[in-house]
Amino acid sequence: MTGTSDLSSPPVIVLDNLVKFFGRFAAIRGISASFAPGRLYVVLGDNGAGKSTLLRMVAGLMEPSQGNFTLLGTRDHREVAHRVGYMGHAPLLYDELSGMENLRYFAGLYGLDDDAVCRKAMQMVGLDPELSRRIGQYSQGMRQRLSLARAMFHDPDLILLDEPFSNVDVHSAREMAAVLGRVRDKGKTVFVVTHQAALMEGVADEFVHMAAGQIVAREEAVRNAAIPNAEWTPR
Amino acid sequence: MTTIGVTRTTLLKDLRMEWRSKDAINSMLFFALLVVVIFSFAFNPTAEESRRIAGGLIWVAFLFAAVVALNQTWARELRNQVLDAYRVSPAPPNALFLAKAIGNFFFVVVLEALMAPLFVVFYDLRSVGPVWQLIVVALLGTWALVVNGTFFAALSIRTRSREIMLPLILFPISIPALLAMVDATTSILTGEASPDFWIKMLAVYDVVFTAVCLLLFESVLNAE
Repeated sequence: MTGTSDLSSPPVIVLDNLVKFFGRFAAIRGISASFAPGRLYVVLGDNGAGKSTLLRMVAGLMEPSQGNFTLLGTRDHREVAHRVGYMGHAPLLYDELSGMENLRYFAGLYGLDDDAVCRKAMQMVGLDPELSRRIGQYSQGMRQRLSLARAMFHDPDLILLDEPFSNVDVHSAREMAAVLGRVRDKGKTVFVVTHQAALMEGVADEFVHMAAGQIVAREEAVRNAAIPNAEWTPR
Repeated sequence: MTTIGVTRTTLLKDLRMEWRSKDAINSMLFFALLVVVIFSFAFNPTAEESRRIAGGLIWVAFLFAAVVALNQTWARELRNQVLDAYRVSPAPPNALFLAKAIGNFFFVVVLEALMAPLFVVFYDLRSVGPVWQLIVVALLGTWALVVNGTFFAALSIRTRSREIMLPLILFPISIPALLAMVDATTSILTGEASPDFWIKMLAVYDVVFTAVCLLLFESVLNAE
């Protein structure tokens, strides 16, 4: 096994009897779990299992109805917001701006004024920083990759990705999975909510199975010794 | 990630996007222009009558036009759920509010600057009182409209019929400010009374509502 995962380190996320209601419907039903740092977790489950809700709560976009959780050693999400990257179901990008303009704006929110950070992030996902097209004219796959770059440009310790492979062709999805593997190998913790478990085989450390708002199984994964190291060709 | 730094970054981003699309400014201009023309056909006042009614006409036109822009304030943040990207960032919530309010203030002031000559021509307006006071009233009054408008537009973004909701919430709360704007403007145009009281009232209104909006905005931003 490669990478820097260390099960003896303090957990990066601790969930304590987490419950989330939407009206009378319980989307999350009393989840208690902890997750070690430096690992790549793949969260699986049918539609409505509570995967995205759990991710949104951990990202600080939703308050739990009951229970609480600790993120990177604190319960104050704002305290560690700069150490967390989140990629949502939607791209979370402005259609009217170019890729670099989008990243420059979000870099400003994180106090990063260095253009090189944005360029590196775009290159990491195989996009050309010189592309002046507004992202409203990007293909779905390109948007998805830029969205991944937006979630990771500030080098976060914890990366939360909700369906990163949706609308992405298989080749690009495999490249994305390889990028995530390399990020994990640098000691980052990655959570990937997906329906495409096969893409993460050989890269993931653990599969977390959810059903009806609960974690029903956690299964250690078998990792390939070497993650493909090929760089994306900028488009 | 200072509030001023993020406000500046967000404001520049909004101005750039508006410069490219011209959504807010075009719709505001067109709307205000229609109001001026329709009112000028509906009434045919003498110069003296114009001075008495112009305060009301001008501010009603600007209020309605501003609502058109205010309704679009948060639309870009909702598209692609970009607001979530701001919420997960360490940027201060108030910086977003300030950037939106300042951006709206800028758009409405531009509208007022473009429409003012038309009002003068269509209603044959001549100010008896000092013109600089009109500028003070315009700036204070515009801030009163946009600070509340930006806040209530944020409050109504998650409602189904937000275009209807905004005027329903905004207009009643703007009545004291609107009263002050209209009376101050009429006082200056006719020169019959001092606008000082109304200007002071507008200033107090601006300070109070800006403070309240800043205090409450984080809760509005994170409301589910």
